This record gives sequence, structure tokens and C-alpha cells, in this order.
Amino acid sequence: MAVITTALSIATEGAPNPGEVVAASGTFTLTALLIAIPLASAALLLLLGRRADRWGHLLGTLAAAASAVLGVVLLVAMMGQPEDARTIGQSLWTWIDVGSFTADVALQLDPLSISFVLLITIVGTLIHVYSIGYMAHDPDRRRFFAYLNLFIAAMLLLVLADNYLLLYVGWEGVGLASYLLIGFWYRKPSAATAAKKAFVVNRVGDVGLSLAIMIMFATMGTFTFSGVNEAIGSVDPDTTTWLGLALLLAACGKSAQFPLQSWLLDAMEGPTPVSALIHAATMVTAGVYLIVRSNAIFDLTETAQLAVVVVGTITLLMGAIIGTAKDDIKKGLAGSTMSQIGYMVLAAGLGPAGYVFAIFHLLTHGMFKAGLFLGAGSVMHGMNDDVNMRHYGALRAVMTITWATFGLGFLAIIGIPPFAGFWSKDEIIKVAFAVHPVAGVAALLGAGVTAFYMTRMMAMTFHGKARWEPDVHPHESPAVMTVPMMVLALGSVFGGLVLLFVGNIEEWLAPVVGFEKAEPGIPVPLLIGLTMAVVVVGAVIGWRQYAMREVPRMAPTQVSWATRAARADLYGDAVNEAVFMRPGQYLTRTLVWTDNKVIDGAVNGTAAGIGGLSARSRRWQSGYVRSYALSMLLGAVVIGAVLALVRFA
Amino acid sequence: MSTEQYLPLVALVALPILGGLLVSLLPKGNPTLPKQVALVISLLTLALGVVVGLAFDPSAADRFQLGASWDWIPAWGVSFALGVDGISLVLILMTAILVPVCILGGWADADATAGSPRGYFAWILVLEGLVLGVFAATDVFLFYVLFEAMLIPMYFLIGRYGGAQRQYAAVKFFLYSLAGGLLMLAALIGLWVVSGDQLGAGTFDYAALVGLDIPVETQKWLFLGFFIAFAIKAPLWPLHTWLPDAASEAPPSSSVLLVGVLDKVGTFGMLRLCLPLFPDASKYFTPVIIVLSIVGIVYGALLAIGQTDLKRLIAYTSISHFGFIALGIFAMTSQGQSGATLYMVNHGFSIAALFLIVGFMATRRGSRMVADFGGVQKVAPVLAGAFLVAGLSSLALPGLSSFVSEFLVLAGTFTRYPVAAVVATLGIVLAALYILLMYQRTMTGPVRPGVEGMPDLRGREVLAIAPVLAIILALGFFPQVALDIINPSVDQTMTAVGSTDPAPVVAEGK
Repeated sequence: MAVITTALSIATEGAPNPGEVVAASGTFTLTALLIAIPLASAALLLLLGRRADRWGHLLGTLAAAASAVLGVVLLVAMMGQPEDARTIGQSLWTWIDVGSFTADVALQLDPLSISFVLLITIVGTLIHVYSIGYMAHDPDRRRFFAYLNLFIAAMLLLVLADNYLLLYVGWEGVGLASYLLIGFWYRKPSAATAAKKAFVVNRVGDVGLSLAIMIMFATMGTFTFSGVNEAIGSVDPDTTTWLGLALLLAACGKSAQFPLQSWLLDAMEGPTPVSALIHAATMVTAGVYLIVRSNAIFDLTETAQLAVVVVGTITLLMGAIIGTAKDDIKKGLAGSTMSQIGYMVLAAGLGPAGYVFAIFHLLTHGMFKAGLFLGAGSVMHGMNDDVNMRHYGALRAVMTITWATFGLGFLAIIGIPPFAGFWSKDEIIKVAFAVHPVAGVAALLGAGVTAFYMTRMMAMTFHGKARWEPDVHPHESPAVMTVPMMVLALGSVFGGLVLLFVGNIEEWLAPVVGFEKAEPGIPVPLLIGLTMAVVVVGAVIGWRQYAMREVPRMAPTQVSWATRAARADLYGDAVNEAVFMRPGQYLTRTLVWTDNKVIDGAVNGTAAGIGGLSARSRRWQSGYVRSYALSMLLGAVVIGAVLALVRFA
Repeated sequence: MSTEQYLPLVALVALPILGGLLVSLLPKGNPTLPKQVALVISLLTLALGVVVGLAFDPSAADRFQLGASWDWIPAWGVSFALGVDGISLVLILMTAILVPVCILGGWADADATAGSPRGYFAWILVLEGLVLGVFAATDVFLFYVLFEAMLIPMYFLIGRYGGAQRQYAAVKFFLYSLAGGLLMLAALIGLWVVSGDQLGAGTFDYAALVGLDIPVETQKWLFLGFFIAFAIKAPLWPLHTWLPDAASEAPPSSSVLLVGVLDKVGTFGMLRLCLPLFPDASKYFTPVIIVLSIVGIVYGALLAIGQTDLKRLIAYTSISHFGFIALGIFAMTSQGQSGATLYMVNHGFSIAALFLIVGFMATRRGSRMVADFGGVQKVAPVLAGAFLVAGLSSLALPGLSSFVSEFLVLAGTFTRYPVAAVVATLGIVLAALYILLMYQRTMTGPVRPGVEGMPDLRGREVLAIAPVLAIILALGFFPQVALDIINPSVDQTMTAVGSTDPAPVVAEGK
């Protein structure tokens, strides 16, 4: 407990000092173009329709690349600014102004948002390039690129908005792009269902964001980041806690955290580049962004912070356990994404000691997980879109580049030094041990499970014996796909080192999110050693089980209850169905019946009488005369009533 | 009332009525001519609406501008008086935009019916004139007369040109409205008597009536008379059951005018008449109305989810949305009321797009049952895309117009009735369900038999839908264009009711 209290006392000292918001001038006036370019491209591709089919993918890729170049230019410009002048505001126009309710379309570029801008645009551009090859034979490739551009624009708006209401536009904008892309192959009912499920579950989370903004407006009269940061200190603690919990609900929806995690596994119905960009590298991490961006709120409410830690911890274990039982390579990676975001959420719940590492892990994860997904897509490309790893095996020989890039991503995610994931995950485990040792232990165990399921995936896919379907002829993917994979593999190798030692991520982000070092209660070398040991044990078990032994082509049915539970996504859907869906359907059916029979009953009775009358009249009057007669009668009644009443009055 | 008579406003009301007369007198035998004439008249009306809109000065101190007034029945203090404030202006403009859209979109609505196209388009124009008159009336008696007169064109539009159950639906609509109208008439006369007692001579002049000091008990009775009439028209739960029948049996373009335009008179009346005339009664009944609104929001949404008929489904979504509008009005905050007014406008556009597109689908498929569709996106991608945008507007996707109004209503409610606002957010989730379920069942999946040959949107249909979708997008990012017009009138309404926005808690504490 002593450890916890010291860490918390540190936390209050680690308040950020971003300085004043500086009005955009010079290069920074280009900030809005980051969003405008991909948005214009998306609009053009959608409005032109088939006419743009020949070059749509090129325009889309170019638009993403232009934003990426601009992002780099802005980063350089920002690095030229003194540390307390790196929060740059660009106000575009007054959006909504009613009474004291004011929301501008205004952007805020600071070290936190520029980090996201670079992740989104650079990984985004790579995935655009990859998709040129991956979607080459799809007749709707132009529409695909339009949606990808729409996503880039919305995601950039999400991270660049200077207030929560505009953030909301980006927030649901990426939700829409996600909906459109999960359901891209809309003729498959499973894809259409998954898309709808993702949107609806996200909407449950979005209620949290709505409520948070309402609470901010009612208590502080503002919902800009700078306004809230300033006023939050005078808000009473209970309200701050509710505010934090509402934001956490929003984060749970978008980032597939417990209990709103169920949509992410189904979201794998979308084309694989979508899974890489939206459902691994960027959109699903928006919840982490939201919590970190709201650091001033969470720093003041231990209850909400604890809730964040609990959610992150549960999810990191849940996702990892689900990942161990999946034979579908994409679903395995989706479980892994849940789990890795769980790590980030956990870190974000640890206060100023954890914020920078949440973002650090978010960035490294963005690189290696995007690389892993693209690798999975490359494998599927060579295996006739089969996703079942039990039909893979021994692909190393025929898909060497994919094996190598996937392998580097694998080393990064399980946290082998000096690969990217080692640096970021290790820091999270350390800080977790310092602030919440229980969460620390869970994070440590999670690292072992991660090593197990990733080794299993690596072994089942690339090693062991070939278990291919007879008509499958695996081959390496074209350069347009492998080059982006290689670039991301470079990120998996050097991303952590560069961000930590060249980019000084801690100092870079500290002015926005605050930073205080927190030391775990046990010596750091011992903790690193322990983590390594757990990782190696997980990896060795995975290797012995899936590389050295025969992997059956059919999933074994005689398995333990634990495996059954993991295969069923730990019964997330079963609970949703039992608690919400079936009672909801029953309620809806009952209400439809009631509305027709009971509420409408009295009126129906009256109308039935009239209907009976007119039915009788139909025998001697055809046509529509009776409606005239009826209306004239009613008109006469009205006029008579008016006259009568007026006379009495 | 200014001595100068502003005639363009009078012309705005008169033109469609006279135009309707003209259309009805066109020679038989040419079914296209009435459509063309009606379209031209509705566009001229829109042009007049723009003239009026440009002449209006939102920053002026006078609430009612561009007035014109003549004595009508001096013995009763009735005058033919027109004038606009910001709230009525935006509704007038919405109406003037939607009518040409409906004529274009409903080009073929009367073709397969027993009635003549002449009659159909004549009634549409007459309806437009009457509704514009209701929005512009500054004499409460004139308001009442036009309010009742609106029933007649609507009755014929449903009863003569509607679907198989049109007679039943039309009569139900008529009886419901008539009942409300009679209650309103009684309250109107009561109000006149009170004005006679207090002012020496009875009057129906809005400004004079707002100035009355009516005893609370009397206010309550009079309030109920007006409110129930408006709650039937809007409609609020549990007075809604006529709407699904009427909206689903009417031809699509008439459904738009019914739900998108005519029903707005109900919520407009609450804001224009109930609140300023009976401020104490309004506050007295607020808790009940808030509860009814919330029930309506959730109930309408749940019922929409359970529907199997596309038009009924959309009608039930409107019951949910009217709940939001009433909630915003009775939250008695500037955000709530400005949001509710903007909601009326935005809902008009999204419902127009939804009903018209469903109409296009029903004409092509010969059915409006959800189960008869499936995979439409494959054969008619433009239609599907337009339907999705309209649907997203209905579920209030941020970036589209409805989000702004819905959020203003919620935020404006939360500052005074947090629990109500929290319950109302359930509507956000349910809206995603009813829209996306509908989209999934009709547009995605394998192409169903009977859908294969379905043609995509034609030029005329695109011409009708595109402006609506453009407005939905534009008002999503630039709602302030409308809010600048609405806000001053809402502030004056708030002053009339004697209500002020709650200050932020933090500011209060300081």
C-alpha cells in the first residue's frame, strides 16, 4: 500500500504544463489541410462513382501520402518551437453558438496530436499502398479507397479537434468508416451483421461521450480541452468521477474494452488492410487517446482511474486468453489487439506515471500490429483467402518475405529486446507494479500468454508440416504489398529504440500529459528478468505444442472447458444475447402488439364503426363520393360547433 | 404592428393557394402539365421565401417583422395578420424547399391512383399555402382557422391517393385532428373571453394576448386545450396511433408533407402559443410533458425496431424524434428550444429523404415490406447510398445536421433535468439499431428475387434527393446559419415564459 500512496503523491505533482495555446501562424496554418486533403479525395471518389474506377486507388493513396508529408513538415516545425509554445490552435469557424453553448470548428496541434497524426498518416499511407495490390481484383476497389480516405480524415479530426464535441464528430466519423469497411463485402450477410454490430456497440460507448460533454457543459460551461483543464479543479469530486466514468464508457466502446469488447472479433469480416489500419493500429486506440487527452480529469478522480485500471487489466487478460484458442489467424490477431489495448488502457489508468507509456505502446503497437495484420493478409492472399491456421504450416519456404516481416513483428509483440514492443510493454509492466501491483502481476502474466499465442500463430503458419488444401498453391505477394510490410517491419525493429532514445517520447509528451517516474517496489532488473522468463516459458510451450508436434487439420473437439470458453470469446456474445438481445426482442414484439391492440384499440373501435357504415354505403355508392360526404358532414359539424360556441361565448 | 404592409409575405401564402386553384382548373387529358405547373409555382414560392428570408433581420429588436395586417372581423377583434420571427422563418423556408422536392420526388405518385394528377398537385399547393399561413399568422384566430383548414387537403391527399387502407387511415387522421381542433377551439374562445375581461374588448392579436395576466387555474385549462391539439398533431405519445397509419397509407410525397411539414405545426404551436401565452401552466405541466416526451423517444424507437413495413418504420422513428423536439421545448433552456426548432427543420429534411427513397423502392418492387427487399445496394448503389445518408441523418450522426439539434436538445435538457437527458440518450443507441437493421435487411446480403432488375435512381429522382442530402450535410457543419436566425426568437420566448438558462455549477460556486 505504501508503494501505491507514494506513486499517487507523485502523480499529483506530475501535472502537465503545456503553456498557452498559440494561434496558428506560418506553417501551422496548414494544419487543416491534413484533414481536408483526404476528405476531398473521399468526396471526389464517392461522387464520381465508376468514372473514377481506373485511377481512384492512386488518388486515394496520393491523398494519404500528401497528409503524411504535411504531417512530417508540421512535426519539424513543431520541434523548432520552444517547449511551452508547442500547443498550436487553429480556429476555423463558429460551429454552434446557442446561449452559453459554444463549439467552434477549431483544431489543436500539440505533441500528443502530432504523434497520432504521424501514426495515422504514415501507417495509413503504407496500408493504402498495400491495398492497391490486395484489392487489385475487387471491382469495388475505388469505393474501398474512398472509405479509407474518409477514415483517415475522420481519424485526423478526432485527434486534432480542440474540443470534445468536435472530437465526437471524428469519433463517430471513424465509426462510420469502420462500419462501411467492415461491411465492405456487403453481400456476405456475416459482414453486414458484423458492421451493424460494431456500430451499435460503439453507440453504447458513444452515449458515454455524449454524457461526458453534457456534464462538462452543465458544470463548467465549456467542453474545450483548455477550458476543461482550467475549470476541472473547481468541480466537485463526485461529478469529476462521473465524468471520468462516462469517458471510460466511451473508451470501452471504441477500443473494444470489457464489457464492450464483443464487436472487434466480428469486425475481422472486413478486408484485411482495414483490420490492420482501423482495427489494430489507429481507430481502436482512440479510447486510449481520449483517456490520455483527459488526463486533467482522471488525475483528480482515483475512483475513475481505478475503474480504468480494472477494465484494462481484465481486457488484457481476456484478449490474450481468446487469442490462445483461435484458429482463424485474423481473429487471433484481433484478440491480441484487444489485449494490447488493454495494456495501454491499464497504463492510462496509472496517472502521470503511465500516460506517456500508454501512448508509447500505442505507437509501437501501431507499427508492429499493422505489420502483423498485413502479413496475415499476405498469407491469406497466397492461400486463397483461407484464414484457418490449421490449413497453413511450413509457409516459411514459399513466403520468405512475409515470414521475415511477420517474424520481426512477432519478436516485437512478445517483447524481446531490442524490438519495439519490449521497450513500451516493459515500461507499462514496471509502472503497473509501482502503482497497482495486482495489475502489474496480471500484466506480467499477460506477457507470457502473449508469447504463447503469438508463438502458436507463428508456428502454425510458417513452421511445422504443410497442411494446405490440395488446390492451394501458396506464393509470395507482389512488391506493392511486401514493401509496406518491410517498412513496418523496420518499425517493429527500431520503433521502440527510436521513439525512446531519439525522440525522447517521455519529454516530448510530458508538457501535454505530464510525466513522473514511478519506481516499482521490486528492483527493475529483477522485474525485467522475470518478464523475460515468463515470455520465454510462454514461447517455449507454444513452440513445443505447435511446431514440434503435429497440428491436426481439424480443431480437436475433446477439449477442456477453458479452451471451449476461449473459443467462444469467453461468452461475451452469449451474455449480450441473454441480457440484451433476447429480452429486447421480446419487449419490442410485446410493444408492437400493445400499440396495435391496446393503445390503438379505442380509436380502432370508433373507426371500425365508421368503417362498417361506409362498407354498407359502398353497396349503393361506388367511387369516392362517400369520402366527400363524410368530410362535408364533418366540416358541417365543425362550423356548427364554432357558431354554437361563439354564440355562447 | 408596423403601419407599413409587407406584401411579399402575403404573396408567399397566397401564391401556392392560387396556384393550386390554377392547377385544378387545367384542362384534363394532359397528365404532365399539372406537374410542370405545380413545380413552377412551388419554385416561385421558394423564390418568394428567399426574398422574405433576405428581408428578415435577425438582429432587429422587433420579434415579429415583415408584418401585414388587415381587419377581418372587427367585432371579435380578429384580423388577418401575418408576420415572421426567426422560428417561423426557418420553418417557412423548410416548407418552401420541401414542396418542390416533394413534387419532383412524387412526380408519379398520383399516376396509378384513381384520382387525377391535377387534383393531387393542386391539393399539395393548397396545403403548402395553408401551412405557410399557419407559420406566418400573428393572429391566433387566423392561426386556428388555417390550422383546421390544413386538414382538408391532407385528408384528400391520403384518402384519394393513398394505399389500400387509405380510407381507414384518412378517417382516423381526420377524427383525431378534429378532436384536437375542437379542444383548441374551446380554449381559443376561453382565451378571447379572458382578453375581453382584461382589455375591455376581446382580441386575437398575438402580442396583446401574450401581455395578458391570466390566473393560473384558467391558464391550466386553456393550456390543455391548445396543448392536446398540438400533441395530437405533433404527435406525442400516447396520442400517436394515427400517424403510422396515415403516414404509411399516404403517397410518399404526401407522407413527407404530413410528417415533415404539417406535424411541425404541432411542436411549433407549443413553442409559439402554449409557452408564451400560458407561462405558469407551461411550467406546471412541464414534468408530465417531459415524461411523455421521454416515453415517446424510447417507445417510438422500440416500435420502429419491431416494424415490418418500411413506411410504418419511418413513421415510428418520427414519433421518437417528436419526443426529442417536445423535450427540447419544455426543457425551458435556450439550447433546448433552439435545438428543438433546428430539430424541426432537420427532421423535415431527413424524413423527406427517407420517405421519398422508400417510395422509389416501393414503386419499383411493388411492396414496402422490409422482407421483400435485400441486396439492393448491388443493383441500385446510388439509391442505397442516398438511403444510407438519409438514415445516418435520422440516427443523428455527428457531421450531419440532426446531430447538432439532437445534441443541443440533450445538453439543454441535461442542465435542468439530468435524469431525463440520460434516459433520452437511450434513443441514440436505439436509433442506430432501427436505422442500421433496416439498412442491413433491405440493402445488404444476397440480391433477393424480385429485386434483381431494380433500376437505380433516375435523373428526376436524383434531382429531388440531392438538394436534400446537400442541406443535411451543409447544416451539419454550418448550423449557425440557421441558429443565428432562431436564437433571438428563442430568447424572446424564454423571456416571455420567464425562464433563464441554469448557470454552470462551477460559475455558481465562485
